[in-house]
Amino acid sequence: MGLIRAEGVTKVLNEGANEVTLVRDIDLDIDKGEFVAITGPSGSGKSSLLYLLGLLDLPTAGRILLDGQDTSPLDSAELAALRLAKLGFVFQFHFLLPEFTTFENVMLPMRRLGALDEPSMEARTRELLERLDLSKEGAKRPGQLSGGQRQRVAIARALANEPLVILADEPTGNLDTRNAQNVFAIFRRMVEEGGRTVIAVTHDTDLAALARRRVHIVDGRIARP
Amino acid sequence: MRVLVGIALAHLLNRKRQSAVSVGGVALGVGFFIGMAAMMSGFQSYFIAKVIDVSPHITMKDEYRSAPLQPAALVYRGGAVSLQGQRPLDELRGIREARATMAEIERVGGVAVAPTLRGPIILRYGSKDVSGTIVGIEPERERRVTNLERDLEAGRLEGLYATANGVILGAGMAEKLGIGMGDTVSAISPAGVVMSMKVTGIVRTGITTIDNFEGYALLKKVQILQNRANIVNQIRMRLTDVTLAGETARRLEERYGYRTESWEEANKNVLGIFVIQNAIMYTSVGAILVVAGFGIFNILSTVIFEKTRDIAILRSLGFTEGDIRTIFVLEGLAVGLGGTLLGWALGFGITEFLGSLKFSVEGFVKTEGFVLDRSFRHYWMVALFALAVSVFAAFLPARRAARVRPVDIIRSAA
Repeated sequence: MGLIRAEGVTKVLNEGANEVTLVRDIDLDIDKGEFVAITGPSGSGKSSLLYLLGLLDLPTAGRILLDGQDTSPLDSAELAALRLAKLGFVFQFHFLLPEFTTFENVMLPMRRLGALDEPSMEARTRELLERLDLSKEGAKRPGQLSGGQRQRVAIARALANEPLVILADEPTGNLDTRNAQNVFAIFRRMVEEGGRTVIAVTHDTDLAALARRRVHIVDGRIARP
Repeated sequence: MRVLVGIALAHLLNRKRQSAVSVGGVALGVGFFIGMAAMMSGFQSYFIAKVIDVSPHITMKDEYRSAPLQPAALVYRGGAVSLQGQRPLDELRGIREARATMAEIERVGGVAVAPTLRGPIILRYGSKDVSGTIVGIEPERERRVTNLERDLEAGRLEGLYATANGVILGAGMAEKLGIGMGDTVSAISPAGVVMSMKVTGIVRTGITTIDNFEGYALLKKVQILQNRANIVNQIRMRLTDVTLAGETARRLEERYGYRTESWEEANKNVLGIFVIQNAIMYTSVGAILVVAGFGIFNILSTVIFEKTRDIAILRSLGFTEGDIRTIFVLEGLAVGLGGTLLGWALGFGITEFLGSLKFSVEGFVKTEGFVLDRSFRHYWMVALFALAVSVFAAFLPARRAARVRPVDIIRSAA
């Protein structure tokens, strides 16, 4: 049994007259410690699949199992709790909260989860920032950081609660080549050294080549690359 | 929870000017409420205290609440013949067997009783005519029923016995006539009797209707002046427990048939004005707070519009819809709380300022400056209202914020 398992997952928007099928009957099994790149042309439904796997969106049909647990009967608050404890997101745009410093942004998921006491949270935040080469940026706000730095802060935040899976949606779409390669290198290191699972959506085939496994999506279906 | 408070405060502090305006709106409403409530409630309780203190609690009058039926109507009830232009029975006005009635009421206990004869009068001094009311009293009974004696500015109640035709005048009336202690004034009654009366006392109660229009003399003298020997037309009562006034008055009226008014009924017109006054105050101050509520609604709608991305990211991080709602309701609450605290200070300032004003007011009662009721009750009341308005104003945008679907936002951002 995989860590994340999709069974016949379908997502249809605007059911009825002008409905659009984003994802069509997808079966997918991702094991712990895998680094999966989801690729495909734009509009193929690869991001939609990621949102479904990340429990951000609900499938129209089929079900998602996370760590062996069927998520289909869960309500919005229970899904949020799962996201908080077991999943970490990185998006194309950094999506940091502009009012808070780097340090506070990384602290945010831990504070919400409340599993650690304050000194442990701070220690973990320092450690994460150090690992992502951001030690000096802790007191800065997102507006004072470069694009690459922001994306690394977002990764640090995604890692805050030690999630089972990191889901990244075009994490390098907004970065130059050097920073993009750096981000993928970080993901690889997380998988190889930290034993984490990473699922990344990208349309950059060079980067996708860095991943161990590729899932190619065309018109909402898994296709041979 | 601390995380949510932190995010809420960060949102507000990030737009300081708009937050300050919202807080200011609430503060103004709260401040003015406290100031106005202190003024109005102060004046009203002062008036009521004065009335209870100075006037009798219950007055039995020689009238009936509704005119008695004519004998013809009594005999031929629902008859086919109608008689027009009938005069009421020629009855000698006054309370019948007043002394016996008084003795009976007194026997119940907890009540002091005094007989009076009230009647219109014109006082003439030189070329000045002033019309007013002369009240015939028995001093030894009167002092147990009203505080006339305490309110005497000059002279004593016993002075009425010491002088042949003594009269105690209300201070305002004496001023209108331009007379003082020891002066002699002509009193003319509707019965045509003229009597020279000597001023043996000046009374100042603070209640305008008494001070400007009433004079007091011995009951016997007034009976002569009004040519109504042995007549008493009002029995005045004071209760040990003033709260029983309404109930007691009703019982007495039922028992004796005469119109019997409690102090509340006697001052119904003024108390009615108070009700309207309060309604006007509460609605206008309420309106300020409701407008302040719109301010909160506005700032939150703007924040939420600008923060949809942040809301989406918080949701994707694992914050629940409830968390998002809480964040924005907290923002409303914070504005309400800040406004309330600032408003308390403002209200305290307004109250102190009003209290420092010194001027003479002559309305229903006469006072120097505003009578203020610095009650903590007003502070709590308005705080509750302001916070309720703030939370309610915040709730609608907060609910909308909670409904933001993170996928929609993330998809459109990408």
